[in-house]
Amino acid sequence: MSINRRDFLKLTAASGILLASDVKPGQAATGKEMPPQAVGFLYDATLCIGCKSCMYNCKKYNTMPGGALYTEDGRNMNEWNGPEQIWDAPRDLTAKTLNIIKAYAEEGEQSFIKRHCMHCVDPGCVSACPVSAMQKDGKTGIVTYDADKCIGCRYCQVACPFNVPKFEWEEAFPQLRKCELCRHRLAEGDIPACCEFCPTGASIFGPVEELRKEAEMRLRLRTGSEYEYPVGTVDGAFKLPKKVDQYVNHIHGLEEVGGCQYLMLASVPFDKLGMPTLPKKSYASTSEGIQHVLYNKMIAPIVVFGVLAGAAFRSTKSERGERDE
Amino acid sequence: MSESKPLGGKIFTRAFAVAFLFALIGGWFLIQRFAQGLGAVSNMSDGFPWGLWITYDVVIGTALGCGGFAMAILVYILNKGEYHPLVRSALLTSVFGYSLAAFSVFIDIGRYWNFHHVLLPQYWNFSSVLLEVALCIALYVAVLWIEFSPAFLEKGGGPQASKGVNRIMFIFIAFGVLLPTMHQSSLGTLMVISGYKLSPLWQTPFLPLLFLISAVAMGFALTVFESFVSSLAFGRPLETKMIGKLAGVIPGLLIAFLVVRWGDLAFRGAFGAAFGGGWPMIMFWVENILFILPVVMLLPRPNREKAGTLCLAAFWMVMAGAVYRFNVFLVGFSPAPGWSYFPAAPEIFVTLGIVSVEVMGYLIFVRALPVLPEPERA
Amino acid sequence: MKCGECREVDVGTTSRAGNLSRRDFIKICSAAAVYMGLPAAMGAKIAQAATARRLPVIWVSGQECTGCTESLLRTDHPDFAHLILDLISLEYSETLNAGAGEQAEAALQASVKAGGYVMVAEGSFPLKDGGIYCKVGGRTIVDIAAEVASSAAAVIGIGSCASWGGMPSATAVDMGGKSPTGAVGIAEALESKGVKTPVVNIPGCPPNGYNFLSTVLYFVTFGKLPEVDDKARPKFAYGRLIHENCERRPHFDAGRFAEQFGDDGHRQGYCLYKLGCKGPETFNNCSTLTYNDVGASAWPVGMGAPCFGCSEADVGFTAPLHSPARPIYVTPPALFTGVDGGPKGKATTGGALVGGAVIGAVVGAGIVTAKKTGKKAEEES
Ligand code: SF4
Ligand code: SF4
Ligand code: SF4
Repeated sequence: MSINRRDFLKLTAASGILLASDVKPGQAATGKEMPPQAVGFLYDATLCIGCKSCMYNCKKYNTMPGGALYTEDGRNMNEWNGPEQIWDAPRDLTAKTLNIIKAYAEEGEQSFIKRHCMHCVDPGCVSACPVSAMQKDGKTGIVTYDADKCIGCRYCQVACPFNVPKFEWEEAFPQLRKCELCRHRLAEGDIPACCEFCPTGASIFGPVEELRKEAEMRLRLRTGSEYEYPVGTVDGAFKLPKKVDQYVNHIHGLEEVGGCQYLMLASVPFDKLGMPTLPKKSYASTSEGIQHVLYNKMIAPIVVFGVLAGAAFRSTKSERGERDE
Repeated sequence: MSESKPLGGKIFTRAFAVAFLFALIGGWFLIQRFAQGLGAVSNMSDGFPWGLWITYDVVIGTALGCGGFAMAILVYILNKGEYHPLVRSALLTSVFGYSLAAFSVFIDIGRYWNFHHVLLPQYWNFSSVLLEVALCIALYVAVLWIEFSPAFLEKGGGPQASKGVNRIMFIFIAFGVLLPTMHQSSLGTLMVISGYKLSPLWQTPFLPLLFLISAVAMGFALTVFESFVSSLAFGRPLETKMIGKLAGVIPGLLIAFLVVRWGDLAFRGAFGAAFGGGWPMIMFWVENILFILPVVMLLPRPNREKAGTLCLAAFWMVMAGAVYRFNVFLVGFSPAPGWSYFPAAPEIFVTLGIVSVEVMGYLIFVRALPVLPEPERA
Repeated sequence: MKCGECREVDVGTTSRAGNLSRRDFIKICSAAAVYMGLPAAMGAKIAQAATARRLPVIWVSGQECTGCTESLLRTDHPDFAHLILDLISLEYSETLNAGAGEQAEAALQASVKAGGYVMVAEGSFPLKDGGIYCKVGGRTIVDIAAEVASSAAAVIGIGSCASWGGMPSATAVDMGGKSPTGAVGIAEALESKGVKTPVVNIPGCPPNGYNFLSTVLYFVTFGKLPEVDDKARPKFAYGRLIHENCERRPHFDAGRFAEQFGDDGHRQGYCLYKLGCKGPETFNNCSTLTYNDVGASAWPVGMGAPCFGCSEADVGFTAPLHSPARPIYVTPPALFTGVDGGPKGKATTGGALVGGAVIGAVVGAGIVTAKKTGKKAEEES
């Protein structure tokens, strides 16, 4: 009726594109392609003053309902000033610490480094989890954890190239804990706590595409020139001017294990800052590749089964024959 | 299956009592584990999320339980009927090895009340190697019990009772070969995703192949060793002749293993780490010497007729496979600088407890059911 | 306060103004010695030097708010009366002069002629338009300062204005980014007049009186100015950042900050960095040496107001009040976990023992089994 020939052609073309886009389920299924609207962090160690505001507020806001550290008994909360509370000084990420500032100072070089989940584009934890408790959000790319699904096998810990997921070893009913990019705050329209409360702009939040552009741009800045560093978010209105440090010419997280949604810049080589040196190809894809070759559509196993059953049938003939007679 | 017959005799022997004691100690620590969490009894940590239980009870335990698998290949797939008498005792080891491995998984996982998720399709993640391993092992445990069921049926109703099962047994036998092939290789694939955390001495895409070959070799070796042990323990005549022939398979498998292993190391240029010092270096050489020993011992045919040599070679072979698995899962694993792991005493006692349950089960079954072959007619 | 008679008082025994005993006097000098990082025993030597000859001081005030003098007036041990009557001899001060007009100026001239004095400069000195923006007795203050300084043994610039211009030198956008009077500190003013007398700065708005007092006593005792940094500030007082010894520092190191004035964190005494505290880029000793003996926390940060960096040339009156500071030193790494976090994971002797025993038992059992099997085989054949 109201659909004329042109509209019809348009529609057909559109569905053709849709179909075509459906034709590469391999990518969608394994999440190797970062969702276009993926969000993440950029951490610029040359701006970080080691104030740990990110650490403190990470814990503060993640122990609230919905946060990745939330427990009913509040055992993960920041220590308060009571006599029986202890000073919380974690040495590494733990099941109570999703974000940690570590310091490096040697040979006249100094830098901080902020560690938490990298929200890998091709996450080892997601690939490894047998029961889909670790998942990569299709829209934001956040690597999420669902304790209700988790069986506590800790394969995600083995599989994470950055040793991020942490297990509650001392709990009778434990679960895993890891940074989930403050998804409870994002849902409310806020930004991750570590970025909101970073006073210097060392940690900023934003769409990964923009963060990548910003990071690349920073590497092109002339050392010693003044640059207005955005604070809070990559497109934030509030900016702080600072003299540009000598950057190491590398954006950590751009290509490591297939890319991460957490990018880092620093003035000290990343291996000295405790970051593992990683290939571009993710270990997850290597592992999945092996599985894929062996178990693609279960063809190989079915064929093998046929052969085996045939052989077994032949060699058990006598037994069956014996008893049949 | 007239060649098997129950051993009979008293069940509560001294050996049984010792095993029982160890089982009790293990049980005590298990109570602690469930009351206070994994950290209370084990030395596992965020750096070494998998410790003794996964490595020994599951990865090595199932490989030791590969007797059934190995014998099935030989007897049913390669149609070497002469080894048939050994099948059932091998199967029994497998039944216990695998069932208790599954139990170990249950105590090792932190959120055991969600254990069933592994079996429910809505949770499955097909890219997970562990899912494949878990499903395969779960299925295989079922298959093993079915394969072993004639022993029960014959006990109750004589040889004719297992007729029905035997008619369709070939399907289970085929499964019984396919499933271990899949998960024994996948146990190796498990560590591929750990990437750089596993030393280049062990990290390779050939992990699945190496695990598969060594699992079959371990299956044969354990069948050989176990036959001697049961002869000694129950005062039965040795089965040297059949066993000697069977042991002939081992050197071939081991040579295949070593060719792949060293070829891969050379291809990747990873030999450097073999002289890198520390435990990984030591254990690498221990492992390789253990693999080479049985080859050297079993290659000359006359040696295969000497019961003592056979037994020792089989033992070294079992150790080689075990050490290889320890190396891949623990010794060669280093998540980041500063992490270390050695199992805690309670952790070891839990493992000992599980092994003891295995021994107890075996003792009961061989005495009560037609498992062991009737003495060889020389 | 021209007070010729005062010179005759024997400080060694008594002190009229406040009954300052010799003991108290040595205490004060010992305290001053400690402020300066000298051994407390130096106190006696300082006392001796101060007793031997009271140092004449001429106080020259430029564009100032008198705050430095006012706060000095409120020091306690010694109180200001002791300072100017017993420790030094204040020859001339616009604020404190007993006389006025011609009489006062004549006294100044006399003192300058006598020489051997120290000049204290307070306030900034306008250079623009020939210095016409600040005059005393018809002469520009820059000229007066130059004249006094040229015969002085040393010049002490008290307060940020005298140090580098301070508030009067603050640049305003609608003034084209320049100070309206061309105000500068005393050092620059003297330089413009070619006077070479050494200058030491005691910046602050106002500075802590003890920093001034200690500098004076140091000069009296050793006949030279104390060691100074690149901004001519005595190192004993300005060698460390406010941030390094701040009582709120543990909160900074733990990441706990007041986010807004009056919020929960502010009330609990959290770090003021996010409110714009310039402690991390300001060298001064406010965080260790309280003001005028009022008691603990008697300094801005103690009261909940961020440090505004008065003793730093390009921070106080220059950087926006609430913009975050750019820390000069980062927190020492000892307060952080290293990049690899140190030794972690567990290995216990119990485990090692049991493990060793089990391995031994397994290997032993294997070998014994093989031996027994061999023997049994022999028996069978
Ligand atoms: S860093 Fe680790 S936990 Fe985070 S997404 Fe990557 S693999 Fe998963
Ligand atoms: S511990 Fe939980 S989240 Fe991690 S892999 Fe196992 S089931 Fe998945
Ligand atoms: S809040 Fe910002 S400046 Fe402070 S430690 Fe964290 S990243 Fe660094």
